[in-house]
Amino acid sequence: MIEKVVIANRGEIALRIQRACRTLGIKTVALHSEADRDAKYVRLADESVCIGPPSAAQSYLNIPAVISAAEVTDAVAIHPGYGFLSENADFAERVEQSGFIFIGPRPETIRLMGDKISAIKTMKKAGVPCVPGSEGPLDNDEKKIFKIATDLGYPILIKAAGGGGGKGMRVVHSEATLLNAIAITRAEAKAAFNNDTVYMEKYLENPRHIEFQVLADEHGSAIHLGERDCSLQRRHQKVVEEAPAPGISEKVRSRIGERCAEACRRIGYRGAGTFEFLYERGEFYFIEMNTRIQVEHPATEMVTGVDIVKQQLLVASGEKLAYRQKDIEMRGHAMECRINAEDPRTFMPSPGRITQYHQPGGPGIRVDSHIYNNYMVPPYYDSMIGKLIAHGDTREIAMARMRIALSEMVVDGIKTNIPLQQYLFNDAAFQTGGVNIHYLEKRLGLS
Amino acid sequence: MDIRKVKKLIEMLEASNLGEIEIREGEESIRISRASSVSPATVSATNVTPGPAAPATAAAPAAETETPNANPPGHPVTSPMVGTFYRPPALNANPFVEVGSGVKVGDTICIIEAMKMLNEIESDKAGTVKAILKENGQPVEYGEALFIIE
Repeated sequence: MIEKVVIANRGEIALRIQRACRTLGIKTVALHSEADRDAKYVRLADESVCIGPPSAAQSYLNIPAVISAAEVTDAVAIHPGYGFLSENADFAERVEQSGFIFIGPRPETIRLMGDKISAIKTMKKAGVPCVPGSEGPLDNDEKKIFKIATDLGYPILIKAAGGGGGKGMRVVHSEATLLNAIAITRAEAKAAFNNDTVYMEKYLENPRHIEFQVLADEHGSAIHLGERDCSLQRRHQKVVEEAPAPGISEKVRSRIGERCAEACRRIGYRGAGTFEFLYERGEFYFIEMNTRIQVEHPATEMVTGVDIVKQQLLVASGEKLAYRQKDIEMRGHAMECRINAEDPRTFMPSPGRITQYHQPGGPGIRVDSHIYNNYMVPPYYDSMIGKLIAHGDTREIAMARMRIALSEMVVDGIKTNIPLQQYLFNDAAFQTGGVNIHYLEKRLGLS
Repeated sequence: MDIRKVKKLIEMLEASNLGEIEIREGEESIRISRASSVSPATVSATNVTPGPAAPATAAAPAAETETPNANPPGHPVTSPMVGTFYRPPALNANPFVEVGSGVKVGDTICIIEAMKMLNEIESDKAGTVKAILKENGQPVEYGEALFIIE
């Protein structure tokens, strides 16, 4: 078992990783910027290292600072969390070259999945269904480009190969705007990802976002933990997630899940990962893979009983997965609300001091948050301050528990999106289930 | 509350130009204030209502003179990175500076090693080295004070 882990992240996920480490008797080193000096997990860590000023670029994204901190604390492994450097293949490589264990997949796997075109090619070969598309980068041959688009049928989507998470995408409805759209997307991609490679996909107009959680060890074993439905989104940011996805049968779950596990075996995947799909008219279409732990992992943990972060640590320690596929069962239903420090109507960030904090409880309620009474939410990072998760034997019970928990939760001193979450949990269509990825924005009149 | 403690607080108040000192310890608190120019400090003690034990806190000025960890006066040169602090340029060489050394802005005063690279750290103030706060080979974090220059 790894003896000491550097937690190269912040906020609720840093606390989550710390908790998993502590359950395994692993010592934790909390890295933090000057702005996070008083974070809960910093105070609870065995050691802590200030790695830079508040700016993320100079702290949490500062590769030499992170690796140097692992050196001075004599750590064995580094957990990158999500966001920041978690899907930076260069970082993973430098961590390993410096003699540390990177808690995640191998650098070459991160690179393979980070390039969306090669990811799709790999998935197709493994029998994972993908969105119909150009099957490769677009070049400058206009005739060829027009043909690809016409064969796919408008509307189509231009996507940056180096993008992901909803960034670097543009919808095109007709041939007239196609070439311009490609040029603009290339320019944006160059600026954002330093890579102007783009590809084309059929645009699915009303899909749901359904993703599959996988776990793989270094002994050839890979399993899936079922799916999550993350269709309630605003500007490609998830707002509510649930597991399992409404309306997906056990047969379909097994079929798609097993394809994902098989893909993991083929590429020698290591650790936790998520296969993201768009689901429309009964068909699944692979769009990308996230080679890290995700924000919404608790929803899967509640219905399967698996501690995914603990499994990450065990796999990184060279152990076999604690479960085989037949051990995994989906029990009941779980919903997760992201709690953000923002105005519930305008979405303007609302950093500042939390003057009164009271978290809900009761059967089936889980709160993953680092905040505490008098905590100062810093203005330098994203606005998520915690997650509220509710589990129940049925989706109705989970939703009822969530409504009650939301009404009990107090976060005074700053604004939060709790009122928005309450509104969503009283929404008729959401209560029925199966809404698509445009639903939230349409409901709020944002699109 | 210990009468010797109260006496010490009064002495501290008189020796300083503070107007007031308040100390809270558990359920008890004491405030000592300087009444106008004529009479010496008056003492008033109050018992805070029993409740959860509060950590001992002292008014900030009192803390500064008591804490052994407070930096001596002068300009602190802080570490711009995480790494290991070394005083000399090489293993058996003499340290760059000692207490009392004169430095100009831009003079190398120490090395911080990070990821197998030795980084020369320069003084951002001209003056005399008043204190060296870390030992050779100690790990340092970003923003940690290394030297005091005056």
